[in-house]
Amino acid sequence: MSKKLLLEKAHVEGIRFYDVYRREGGYNSVEKTLKTLSPEAVVEEVKKSGLRGRGGAGFPTGMKWSFIAKPEGVPRHLVCNADESEPGTFKDRYLMEFLPHLLIEGLIVSSYALGSNDTYIYIRGEYAWIVDILEQAIEEAKANGWLGKNILGSSFNCNIHVQRGAGAYICGEETALIESLEGKRGNPRIKPPFPAIKGLWERPTVVNNVETLAAIVPIINMGGEEYAKIGVGRSTGTKLISACGNINKPGVYEIDMTISVEEFIYSEEYCGGIANGKKLKACIPGGSSVPILPANLLLKTAKGETRYMNYESLSDGGFATGSMMGSGGFIVLDEDQCVVKHTYTLARFYHHESCGQCSPCREGTIWLDKLLYKLEHGQGKLSDIDLLWDVQRRIEGNTICPLGDAAAWPVAAAIRHFRDEFEWHVNNPQESQIKNFGLAHYADAIQPITV
Amino acid sequence: MAEGTPLLKVTIDNITVQVPAGTTILNAARKIGGDVAPPAMCYYSKLEGSGGKCRTCLVEVSKGSEKDPRPMPKLVASCRTTVMDGMEVKNITSSKVIDARQGVVEFLLINHPLDCPICDQAGECDLQDLSYSHGKEASRYEFEKRIFHKIDLGDKIQLHMTRCILCYRCVFAAEQLTEQREHGVLDRGEHAQIATYIEKNLQHDFIGNVIDVCPVGALTDKTFRFKNRVWFTKPVDAHRNCTKCCGEVRLWMRGDEVFRVTARRDEWGEVKEASNGKTGWICNECRFDKKQVNDWVIEGPTHINRHSVISQGHYETLQKPQEFLPDLMHREPRLIMDIHDVSEVNRTNIDLSEIKGPAHSTDFNK
Repeated sequence: MSKKLLLEKAHVEGIRFYDVYRREGGYNSVEKTLKTLSPEAVVEEVKKSGLRGRGGAGFPTGMKWSFIAKPEGVPRHLVCNADESEPGTFKDRYLMEFLPHLLIEGLIVSSYALGSNDTYIYIRGEYAWIVDILEQAIEEAKANGWLGKNILGSSFNCNIHVQRGAGAYICGEETALIESLEGKRGNPRIKPPFPAIKGLWERPTVVNNVETLAAIVPIINMGGEEYAKIGVGRSTGTKLISACGNINKPGVYEIDMTISVEEFIYSEEYCGGIANGKKLKACIPGGSSVPILPANLLLKTAKGETRYMNYESLSDGGFATGSMMGSGGFIVLDEDQCVVKHTYTLARFYHHESCGQCSPCREGTIWLDKLLYKLEHGQGKLSDIDLLWDVQRRIEGNTICPLGDAAAWPVAAAIRHFRDEFEWHVNNPQESQIKNFGLAHYADAIQPITV
Repeated sequence: MAEGTPLLKVTIDNITVQVPAGTTILNAARKIGGDVAPPAMCYYSKLEGSGGKCRTCLVEVSKGSEKDPRPMPKLVASCRTTVMDGMEVKNITSSKVIDARQGVVEFLLINHPLDCPICDQAGECDLQDLSYSHGKEASRYEFEKRIFHKIDLGDKIQLHMTRCILCYRCVFAAEQLTEQREHGVLDRGEHAQIATYIEKNLQHDFIGNVIDVCPVGALTDKTFRFKNRVWFTKPVDAHRNCTKCCGEVRLWMRGDEVFRVTARRDEWGEVKEASNGKTGWICNECRFDKKQVNDWVIEGPTHINRHSVISQGHYETLQKPQEFLPDLMHREPRLIMDIHDVSEVNRTNIDLSEIKGPAHSTDFNK
């Protein structure tokens, strides 16, 4: 049983409401912060904790906070990125739905550290009911003196505003989010300047993921150094994983990054193995935009070591034989899944969600989509696979924002690891429409494991 | 830039140049000129905020600066990246850059109709130039191209969205030259389009400049549409007293007839500053309504050194592409036309740029 920090109290009845949350020790970190710590000390604690951004990129949060510019007389802002739109990722939804006060508490502490008097939660439009939950929680917090003017008698003022997006994936990119928050078209900005210098309304801004901000609470409560002891290496603390796909127990799990991928998939405590006694074929370990891994490379690294659920181990081997932790959207594919169809679905998603600002992404994602449609429907040529590779290669890294990369990586990884399946689709156009390719040599060796 | 600001040294393709702080890599490269300057489809130095979108100006930064010599991990958009002291940039010397740029050109062309033969922009089109310099001879895109309906922007400006490459220049131009922008980008992804939302005429006095900033034939001048090919017309500089704008324009004439009026452009295809130091944007009245020679005081023929098709008017110095068709077909192709066979205007022995004064019909009939 790994340690739980965020979801420890998730099953307490009525934890969504202030009274229960407070009785269970909620808002202690705000009390501790405002009474004993200076803003710099909070940043220092976060730095010590080694907390890495939970939104996908894994950038150290403390370092991000220390980059924020502090010009005289200019307000600063903290923006909470709750625009969780990555297919396969639903951890923030769980947090906000069941523990809204945990996020509010983290936001107050973080706002204090960054000097943000007006803090925003930008939430995706589809989470319409969560807006009400959050606003109710904010009202409760305000009524009990945790928000507003002179919180706990200190000189710190803070207000939290919830802003609902219109449901665009691109608005999860921090600069597009800021544009959208300003009421403009959600196009990513061209960096530099970074939001830490010129963000929301040209003011210094920090944009953090929901889970990152919620993790501030245990960091303050237990101290940064204690927090850093959980986990391994540079992957400190706990991480929420939203597991889905062909597993027995899909859901949101909190792990402490020391367990192996094998244990995570097969143990009863977590995913409970592959559904219907099928075999594992492949897995996307960190949300739809990270490279897909075949079963053999998922459970063991290319060097033959066990792969663990943490930032370093999942990215071991680079993109050639590894993947990424990403946002923790763990998508499992069993032997009956078609990788070509799966890749086509993702390409269609990125095609639909491209903002159309820069040419490689605008024109490239539609090209990927159309090529994969052809391949999936048995109309492809062998040269289309090479073309697909070439197109993704020219999108990757050449776009304004990471959406281009996110569209290119899954395609690249699918071709890299499952080329035989693509070729099978080309060579057996009729058969590929009625049956699946199944497992290839790469997944044969894996037997169901009891942990 | 304040006086005495130290100059920064930046090396682009092994040529070192000194520029003030805050200069972008693209502008530093333009200072060197020639092939070193990366092509730019969306960047327009006179429009604030433009650039960064088309990705044709990507360059490799092989050394960040003197202080931090690490190379930048990705190719960067040179139009939006400022130089640092001691920076080393690779443009045409980097195979990565050339490859990426070819990719961008391919992307830009997959949905472009390539209707140059009936496009008014042909001959002075940035995309045409770019495809000649960085494009492939054939497209690998075998799907149907995206098609938009034409949008009516009034009696002076034609918007042909299918040709658009979404550089956003016209949006910035309308934003910065007029009091109220009435058109913008609608929808997203491949559906993104320049539009007025509910079709309406663009009426502002300076809105005609969107035609000049458009790098392709998406926005064209209705008063010139289908009247002539740009390379058959001779550019001359002219001016008039205009109360609204600088009044300094370029007339595109054939014989005594003024076919088109545009703002004066510099060698990068951007509107030149006026002689009084003010902006060179021209008003709609000068652009659309003054089509008589006697409206203008003609200064003399224009020397254009970038858009070769227009400026040359003669093609003997042009290096023709190698003819491989006879080798492949084992016979002479039936139809390879020399422009001089088709055009009765541009004779090989006439250099239009060297004629003193405005071109007259007698010049062409010599």
